[in-house]
Amino acid sequence: MTAMNGTGPAAFLGRHEGLRGRLPGASLPWVEALRDRSAAAFRAQGFPTRRVEAWKYTDLAAVNASVFGEPLTGVDDALALPPATGPRAVFIDGRFRADLSNLEGLSYTVENLAWALPTLEARLGALVRPEEQALAALNGMLFEDGLVVSVPEGVAAGVLHLVSFATESERAPAFHPRHLVRLGAGASLTLIETAAGPVRARYLHNPVFEIEVAAGARMNHGRLQQEGREAFFLSTVYARVQEGGTYDNFTLNAGSRLARNEIHVALCGPKAECHMNGVQLLADGQHADTTTALDHAAPDCSSRQTYKTVLSGKSRGVFQGKILVRQVAQKTDGYQMNQALLLSPEAEIDSKPQLEIYADDVKCSHGATVGELDAEQIFFLRSRGIPAEQAKAILVEAFLTEAVDAVADEHIREALSGAVAGWWQRQGIQGGIEAA
Amino acid sequence: MLKIENLHATVDGKQILNGLNLTIPAGEIHAIMGPNGSGKSTLSYVLAGRDGYEVTEGSVTLGDIDLLAMEPEERAVAGVFLAFQAPVELPGVGNANFLRTALNAVRRAKGEAEIDAIQFLKLARARMKVLNMPDDMLKRPVNVGFSGGEKKRNEMLQMALLSPKLALLDETDSGLDIDALKLVADTVNSLRGPAFSALVITHYQRLLTHIVPDRVHVLSAGRIVKSGGPELAEELEASGYGAIQAAAA
Repeated sequence: MTAMNGTGPAAFLGRHEGLRGRLPGASLPWVEALRDRSAAAFRAQGFPTRRVEAWKYTDLAAVNASVFGEPLTGVDDALALPPATGPRAVFIDGRFRADLSNLEGLSYTVENLAWALPTLEARLGALVRPEEQALAALNGMLFEDGLVVSVPEGVAAGVLHLVSFATESERAPAFHPRHLVRLGAGASLTLIETAAGPVRARYLHNPVFEIEVAAGARMNHGRLQQEGREAFFLSTVYARVQEGGTYDNFTLNAGSRLARNEIHVALCGPKAECHMNGVQLLADGQHADTTTALDHAAPDCSSRQTYKTVLSGKSRGVFQGKILVRQVAQKTDGYQMNQALLLSPEAEIDSKPQLEIYADDVKCSHGATVGELDAEQIFFLRSRGIPAEQAKAILVEAFLTEAVDAVADEHIREALSGAVAGWWQRQGIQGGIEAA
Repeated sequence: MLKIENLHATVDGKQILNGLNLTIPAGEIHAIMGPNGSGKSTLSYVLAGRDGYEVTEGSVTLGDIDLLAMEPEERAVAGVFLAFQAPVELPGVGNANFLRTALNAVRRAKGEAEIDAIQFLKLARARMKVLNMPDDMLKRPVNVGFSGGEKKRNEMLQMALLSPKLALLDETDSGLDIDALKLVADTVNSLRGPAFSALVITHYQRLLTHIVPDRVHVLSAGRIVKSGGPELAEELEASGYGAIQAAAA
């Protein structure tokens, strides 16, 4: 395979041209059409600059200026993956690794996308809007693999882990997995996604999710973004929820040099529900952006969003949250809150809530706060014998509580607590609150 | 023994304590009374080590320890406990978790074994029963939604669990009804012993009928202007501070 030369959109477009006959699905006309449409959309948009409204606070210049290679096939580094305690699908540099995965005896179907591609004509790309989202267009042009989950009607699938790991390589690989999840009527699934990589490895992870939740189904989607500190993580999630269904997303943004967590959810049937919660923990030099777009397209739906960002050092956080309530979406109940805690005078948070309401009988509220740790609270804790650093950790934990407690699924909550504790340790802070 | 000598302190550049001298022998309870603005709360914050309270002159020792050289948490480990006049609320921090974390922080610093969750709950529940605190106050976030009386009882619970050498009670009686006042007094009295001293800061004589002090001091303009036995509190209640301030001026 050829390494890419150069930087920016031209390098990626060149790669698409060069690999045209060898990318998965090359012999399938509909795949080729999809890649061509995506390529045209990406050519037209390139990497969005900050002049594009949706990218006002997040600068992709560093991505644009980086030279990326393609992933090596057959990487076999000793990977520090935790032992599998349940079903899991493992991807290394974006490619499925059956030997590291555990998908035995499931009551639903899990396949890898490269393999299942011939069967996916009606599904793949159904939710994606490449003309509007440049990164999804980039993904559509170059996807090679991904996870394909299909949970039949009425099946309670339990927990499935999706592990994405990057390897250390001179090539700075770029990979663009496409993950498809479909829940039949009344089905349920908890998908816990972990994206990680070596601390100093430079790579671009550009996943796109297409998630379909049928009537009365429930999807819990926990996302732990703990990529290496030199990584770019640019992720786009599309979810569509039918009558009485629930999509519950919790995202932890703790790793990477630059993270964009973009989520588009459409509530398409009455009484559908969406919960989007998240925590961003940012240390010096990190930039994390959570951008949500919620489309209330049916009556009697409700949505809840709580995002909390903790910023230390010279870090920058972004929250953009758009709620669209269409005229048909009467009795919509929408709530959005985002709060930031600045631990350093050099940190910066940008927050842009956006409500667009065309129905006249709706309840929709949003709020944003920015604050620092309270000196009086710190003194109170210290006066009880708790060292200053631990007192601060306790107060940060408390700040995150509301978002973490909103996570309905206990497995996700547990994975999250572990990830948050790990973040503290990496900051050199031992011990927050002790449970009693 | 607490020994305060010639203590001067400023807040925001303003002189509040003006050469304060006070000695509390081990095992004794002293009361400080005085009008608003005389420096009572400042004294308690200076002793506990709060930022922004600058000592410009003088010394404070607890036994042979120089308190002023220590961080607030080190003072807590050394045995200083401040019961706050207005305890802060900590949303998102469960009361039980907070209490256990504090207790173990102090025990760790002293090189003592940490106590596990089960031991802790046993200990806390026993104390809470005496303080007439319902069990659910352990589960609720620290002081959030607590009534004034509940906050003060929670302070007493912390004090009882941390068993300090020197307790500073900063107007712990303010806003308490008579039943809560008695519970506070009972807690302080239960800790009385040769290794426990307390400084009770109050406006009113009321609390001192339940916690009978060994000595009563009157603070005015940042200095002790008069000291006496418990009868001094009654005298002040009858005549007010005016006469003493006038005599001291």
